Amino acid sequence: MTGWETLLTAAIKVAVAFALLLSLTIVLVWFERKIVADMQNRLGPTRAGPYGMLQTVADGVKLLFKESVTPRRVEFALYIAAPIAALVPALLIFLVIPIGRPFTLGDRVIDLAGTDLNVAVLYVLALSSLAVYAVVLAGWSSGSKYPLLGAVRASAQMISYEAAMGLALVPVILFTGTTSIRAIVDAQAGEFLSFLGIWNIVLVPSFLIFFIAGVAETNRAPFDLVEAESEIVGGYHTEYSGFRFALFFLAEYINIFNISALTTTLFLGGWHGPTFGAPEWLAWVFPIVWFFVKTVALVFVFVWIRASLPRMRYDQLMQFGWKRLIPLTLVWIILSTVAIGFRRFGAPWG
Amino acid sequence: MIITQFVILGAALFALGVYGVLSRRNAVLVLLSVELMLAAVNINLVAFDAFVADRIAGGQIFALFIIAVAAAEVGIGLAIVLLIFRNRRSANVDELDLLKL
Amino acid sequence: MVAVTAGDWFSTPENYVFLAIALPLVFAGWRVVTSSNVVHAVLYLVGALGGSAALFLLLGAEFVAWAVVLVYIGAVVVLFLFGIMITRAPIGVEVELSHPLRVRISAALVSGALFVLIAIAALTAFGSESIPEAEVTRTADIGQSIFERFVIPFEVVSVVLLAALVGGIVIARRDPSPEEIAAGKETL
Repeated sequence: MTGWETLLTAAIKVAVAFALLLSLTIVLVWFERKIVADMQNRLGPTRAGPYGMLQTVADGVKLLFKESVTPRRVEFALYIAAPIAALVPALLIFLVIPIGRPFTLGDRVIDLAGTDLNVAVLYVLALSSLAVYAVVLAGWSSGSKYPLLGAVRASAQMISYEAAMGLALVPVILFTGTTSIRAIVDAQAGEFLSFLGIWNIVLVPSFLIFFIAGVAETNRAPFDLVEAESEIVGGYHTEYSGFRFALFFLAEYINIFNISALTTTLFLGGWHGPTFGAPEWLAWVFPIVWFFVKTVALVFVFVWIRASLPRMRYDQLMQFGWKRLIPLTLVWIILSTVAIGFRRFGAPWG
Repeated sequence: MIITQFVILGAALFALGVYGVLSRRNAVLVLLSVELMLAAVNINLVAFDAFVADRIAGGQIFALFIIAVAAAEVGIGLAIVLLIFRNRRSANVDELDLLKL
Repeated sequence: MVAVTAGDWFSTPENYVFLAIALPLVFAGWRVVTSSNVVHAVLYLVGALGGSAALFLLLGAEFVAWAVVLVYIGAVVVLFLFGIMITRAPIGVEVELSHPLRVRISAALVSGALFVLIAIAALTAFGSESIPEAEVTRTADIGQSIFERFVIPFEVVSVVLLAALVGGIVIARRDPSPEEIAAGKETL
């Protein structure tokens, strides 16, 4: 491909990815409200559109036109920067996730992913570690006590669970022997039970730890002490309203989708799945469908957890993170390393 | 790119770090300045790694070691600052003169 | 003695990328040591570290670049919070974070002299020798190298980290009061 073509495809990919994320957020919010309503024996949104599907759009439009109130004691530059700092890493993480198999257009092969890096796993972890800045900045720059409490809680929580999250991926990297996400997806292809590859979900503890830490990283229930409505009003975004609040809200839902998509990609075989012998011109549709089916199933688990579990106490949160999750991860790393060593090099005595 | 650019940049950041360590009164800010000096050293290491086209990537690996040691340094440094603050209600380095008679 | 001409600094597009990163980097470093607000100083340090990560990408050191973002910038949040808590930074200008002017002038002289010394040494030693076209270092090569050539320093670093971990806890934990010891509750 020539330079211009590369530039053009990159621009189209970025535009599509962002449009996709924004529209997905609208659907996900509706999805969550409906599921939670069902689980709590309520109806949920019903008025706007069929089954209330347009409720999120209406809410979004309302937020856009609401006045953005700026409290008197804020530090303005940082106060404005915080919602942007929340949104940008969320958008950037999605760019390395492949949502379908490479697509052939004429003689060009186009990856259905924004890009791929040699160190994509590290990139994802690095960007998700930046998310804590948004919370801390919002909390501090608001110049008010509830946001600051939320921010202090957030920094301790997110740093603690980030460690478990990163460590949980070590067995995955060792198992597939690469840190590139495309190569990790490729390693999960193949014939097993006639149509499925060996997915990384065979590393069950890694999968569970990564997902639990992911729930904690996105500050979702039962780890939502950061924005606990009943304790600290709304936490770090108490002083935000209108469009600025909408950005935080958007970032939260994009992060939920990102964690689900990452779990799909790293553990559930990414876009791999049966194509039922579809003809070649149709075969590229199935991977995309599979990717979204798996990801939405994980989003459902997020919502399910939220509807089922009560919020943890702060000491329980820290105990669980440092005294259960991280030691468990370390033991699992040792065990899996031994197993992977055996698998690759054979027994040392044999 | 020429190597001198990177060395001069590293020198500038290191000198700023030295200035910070000498001129800051608050212990947390002294730690920040030390971090700046370590970042300058990392720039030099990686630049020289690329300059000699090191096959075993020694410069990059030592940059990684410095990152690890810096994490340890921050941990210990903050623990000490915390302890001092708890005992003296102040984190100013010029007030820590108990050993002076 | 000094063999650098303007052409060496502005000859390739990469040089402009370098300058676009390096100038904000130096500015951020300057603000780290002069800012009169702890939180701003920490944020400028984050900016400076981000700039150094960008330079590592420019030099083809992808792994180090993202490790800097992950470990360094992630860990600096902790410094940030301690800065807030210890100095009880209110929003606005904080006084007396630096020594008086007399000390600052001598500090500036020392660091300025250091900079001039290193800069002259670098110009004399390397002049305008250029860095070869940077290839992206493969992560696997770094791993191979760490665990073969540099395995002993690696182990030493891991022991240092362990010692720092234990030391940090021992230093920072609150000493138990005599009543707590009597009641047998002297654990963390």
